[in-house]
Amino acid sequence: MKKYMSFFRMRFQMGLQYRTAAIAGMTTQFAWGLMEIMVFRAFYAADPAAFPMTFEATASYIWLQQAFLAIFAAWLLEPEIFDCIVSGNVAYELCRPVHIYDMWFARSMASRLSRVALRCFPILFVALLLPKPYGISTPSSAAQFAVFLITLVLSFLVSVAFYMWIYVLTFYTISPMGLRIMVASVVEFLSGGGVPLPFFPEKVQRVLEFLPFASMQNVPLRVYSGSMSQMQTQQAVALQLLWLIVLVALGRTMCDRALRRVSVQGG
Amino acid sequence: MNGTGRVKDMLHLYVHYVSLNVRSAMQHKASFFLQITGQLLTSCTTFLGIYFMFLRFHIVAGYTYSDVLLCFSVVLMQFSLAEMFARGFDTFSGMVRRGEFDRILVRPRGEVLQVLGSKFELTRIGRLLQAVIVFVYGVFAARVHWTALRVLTLVSMLLGGILLFSGLFLVYAAFCFFTLEGLEFMNVFTDGGREYGKYPIDVYGKRMQQFATFIIPYTLVQYYPLQILIGRSDNWVYALYPMGALVFLAACYAFWRFGVRHYTSSGS
Repeated sequence: MKKYMSFFRMRFQMGLQYRTAAIAGMTTQFAWGLMEIMVFRAFYAADPAAFPMTFEATASYIWLQQAFLAIFAAWLLEPEIFDCIVSGNVAYELCRPVHIYDMWFARSMASRLSRVALRCFPILFVALLLPKPYGISTPSSAAQFAVFLITLVLSFLVSVAFYMWIYVLTFYTISPMGLRIMVASVVEFLSGGGVPLPFFPEKVQRVLEFLPFASMQNVPLRVYSGSMSQMQTQQAVALQLLWLIVLVALGRTMCDRALRRVSVQGG
Repeated sequence: MNGTGRVKDMLHLYVHYVSLNVRSAMQHKASFFLQITGQLLTSCTTFLGIYFMFLRFHIVAGYTYSDVLLCFSVVLMQFSLAEMFARGFDTFSGMVRRGEFDRILVRPRGEVLQVLGSKFELTRIGRLLQAVIVFVYGVFAARVHWTALRVLTLVSMLLGGILLFSGLFLVYAAFCFFTLEGLEFMNVFTDGGREYGKYPIDVYGKRMQQFATFIIPYTLVQYYPLQILIGRSDNWVYALYPMGALVFLAACYAFWRFGVRHYTSSGS
């Protein structure tokens, strides 16, 4: 465990160094958030009755999404891991007395967390200052906020576990580009990254809520904005736990299998 | 070399670059097809997003589903075409950092052509394919009554859009001369232009419309000519608006030239 902790710390501290990148990233995310809210404002003006949640809740959903983007973003994968698989340097990693799956898991967690740590507070702060329906609303109770944090942590873990699959699959495809683009677009859409899941047609929504993608992003954002009943929340948390276990167990087995037949590129 | 000879030579070189890139992409076939599928899926999900929104709302800022569909498909087409030719600029930061631009400068050919050719993204044909499909569908679903003016408008929109997005890619690259790093913020204007250009710009309110006219002229290739296509106006002058993108591209090119002159090698 200690080994993985130090991998985590190393990567986390490295991530904290990129402060200018963080400022650029925040401005970008802020612009995306604003545009997104303007789209929803136009739809709200067209037909407020068709909104599945209040406008305030939608705005909160969007700002939280921007603030915690690095937790679930599908395009934020570790280029170094891909490089080492493609170039064959993975051989060095395999010599280390650590399990490669766990090491990469710790590493992905660290780099995502460091990004979030740098970016979430300024975004949330500005979103709090925005005038009423456009900004982020404060959570209705401490208990609700606590549940939000729990689901956020779970969605973080589910996301990392899911993206680990892509690294493992790269052992088979060698060039990671195709897989990345494909996964990024599908995950983004099905997890409510483009259009929030509550805006989907009801039947589609009901199916999607059972898939791991909803556990990755949709759940904490909806818990915060208070658009989920208590029953729904309990169910969602249980599903998150289930997916986490399934994804990690399967991913780890698959990783071991891939390593058994890995052929190292280059010399 | 005389004029036509030079153009021929340029084309020949460009085709050669493209064939090199195609051959290298084909070395990883599985990944290549996944990439094309990925491109297709990305546009599909955007399309589905619009579809789902309109299942719920039916109308936005006075635009119907088919109006938005038409707008989305034209912008997607503009972007995909520009991307096909000009995306080489997107990976330009790496070129500058590795000092590869030095090599380009010493060769007896234009630097823009070389940068363009060096990264011809064949896989974006996937997105173009999707754009064509959505476009044909959009045109039929919108039941546009095609007149000579509207056809002309459409052609002019596509041309203008290619110029506009190519200009943005060029600016994105030119910034690398100063920062060595691609500016993430520029994505708001390139990818964001595609992503948010799916709705006619007045949906975003007056202020955004002003910005998108006077700072980066998206409205010239989207909002104004679109009024003709969806039958809100038959002022033929709007059909010429997209050509304003030429001015924008010229400004972008001037900035690029300024960057090239400013370039100091990063060594190595």
